[in-house]
Amino acid sequence: MLTNRSKSVVKKEMSLVEKLYLPAILSGMAITFKHIFKKPATVRYPEEKREMAPIYRGHHVLKRDDSGAERCTACGLCAVACPAEAITMDAAERKPGEEHLYREEKYAAKYEINMLRCIFCGLCEEACPKEAIFLTDTLVNPEVARDAFIYGKDKLVERMDHRIDVSKRQTADVAMFKHSEMDAKHNKVYKDKTKQ
Amino acid sequence: MPEITIDGKKIEFAQGMTILEAARSVGGDLVPPTMCYYSKLKDTGGYCRTCIVKVESESVKNPRALPKPVASCRTLAQDGMVVKNQTSPEIQEARAGIVEFLLINHPLDCPVCDQAGECSLQDLGYEHGKMNTRYEFERREFPQKDIGDKIKLHMNRCILCYRCVKTADQITDGRVHGVCSRGDVAEISTYIEKAIDNDFSGNIIDVCPVGALTDRTFRFKSRVWFTKPVDAHRNCDKCCGKVRLWYKGEEILRVTARKDMYGEVEEWICNECRFEKKRTTDWQIEGPSQIDRHSVISANHYRTPAMKKDLSNMILNSGIDASVSSADLTDKA
Repeated sequence: MLTNRSKSVVKKEMSLVEKLYLPAILSGMAITFKHIFKKPATVRYPEEKREMAPIYRGHHVLKRDDSGAERCTACGLCAVACPAEAITMDAAERKPGEEHLYREEKYAAKYEINMLRCIFCGLCEEACPKEAIFLTDTLVNPEVARDAFIYGKDKLVERMDHRIDVSKRQTADVAMFKHSEMDAKHNKVYKDKTKQ
Repeated sequence: MPEITIDGKKIEFAQGMTILEAARSVGGDLVPPTMCYYSKLKDTGGYCRTCIVKVESESVKNPRALPKPVASCRTLAQDGMVVKNQTSPEIQEARAGIVEFLLINHPLDCPVCDQAGECSLQDLGYEHGKMNTRYEFERREFPQKDIGDKIKLHMNRCILCYRCVKTADQITDGRVHGVCSRGDVAEISTYIEKAIDNDFSGNIIDVCPVGALTDRTFRFKSRVWFTKPVDAHRNCDKCCGKVRLWYKGEEILRVTARKDMYGEVEEWICNECRFEKKRTTDWQIEGPSQIDRHSVISANHYRTPAMKKDLSNMILNSGIDASVSSADLTDKA
């Protein structure tokens, strides 16, 4: 006995009222009946949806910057921060003429999140130094095959016709850093002079 | 034997040793960090001032304090010298200032830089640096340069430690310029480009404390912490052949020299070993490299806890379980 929580069983003779079972049935029915007048605990999803927190952690998005270039530079900090090891990536070098596609000289050629491994903890968005990955308030769709849960860039990168507002998810520190002129200069993207 | 006191610890040293060498002979927290000093190269040190220490008493004969912090890599230790490093708040503050100076022109492109994860400046900044910059002016900018087809020079990231210049100086004959221009526009040039034909020129990648000189064959292949370091050797007629292979899966992404606890290479390796031999069959594998467990390189590399040697021997000798072989006990990571 490790927990001291065990109870000894008493097998005593039932009284006449107890043998009838009727009072017990009635009290049970009373509880059931009472619930008809109560507000239901569930909602009729998907017709009706629950209100989500503004920083709900669901499906990831790889943000583009204002001009539409991908922000992710495949630095790998999200993958190393990920406690579930759900993220993998391959980097590639940006070629001349691709400046409108990728913000920096290195970009993620392949970026995959295994949504079955992901625990939606949000450490990747916390680790990201480029404000590229964010969790959104959309849910991951149910699938029938396991492979379909490995989301590549096709599902993760933000669509230009469907921009996602992540301003609520940015911490006060990040916002301050962004609005500081000096820090902005420090964090600027270096142009490659050899290719001009 | 003459004796020097560093952070309250008495250290015996040989005549002619610097304060830094004396500190390194015992190791531990009292060793000042270095960015330009390199024990394997002649005539390095004195440029970056990271290793500054406070000398409270110069020697037995002259027990007065030195008026300013001194660079421990260039100052000879003397009998009866009393030095403060970690224990002096003044030095810690001064070092934070040095880091700020080093970072004035250093771009914040660690997410792109291949050196990230094994960068001395990153470690130094993490330990001593400030969160923000106070520098309001434009940073100096240089074009990226390819030095030969194997090495890339990002002059933006260079902190002018001169290690590569000294390396080139020692592996080649005849002096050409090492660093051109002065001050803000100082630039590593010609010298190492001319040394590139040398068989040992690849070592300038290893000596670079920042990401200024990087391996083009490894460029953007993987982050350092996604690769697994393995010690290996081969019979090389040019060099010692003792290297560290950086694996990602089955593939060798990079070959470097083995580095010691201060990030200095143990033995130089030749360009053939470094750039040409990237198949497992080229190498005799010795086993996983010892990486400090606080390093980002050992992040997410789960391994069975290493068994103490005497304990594993005891189990082996006792014959409790015949199926336990020594191979099972060693770390396979």
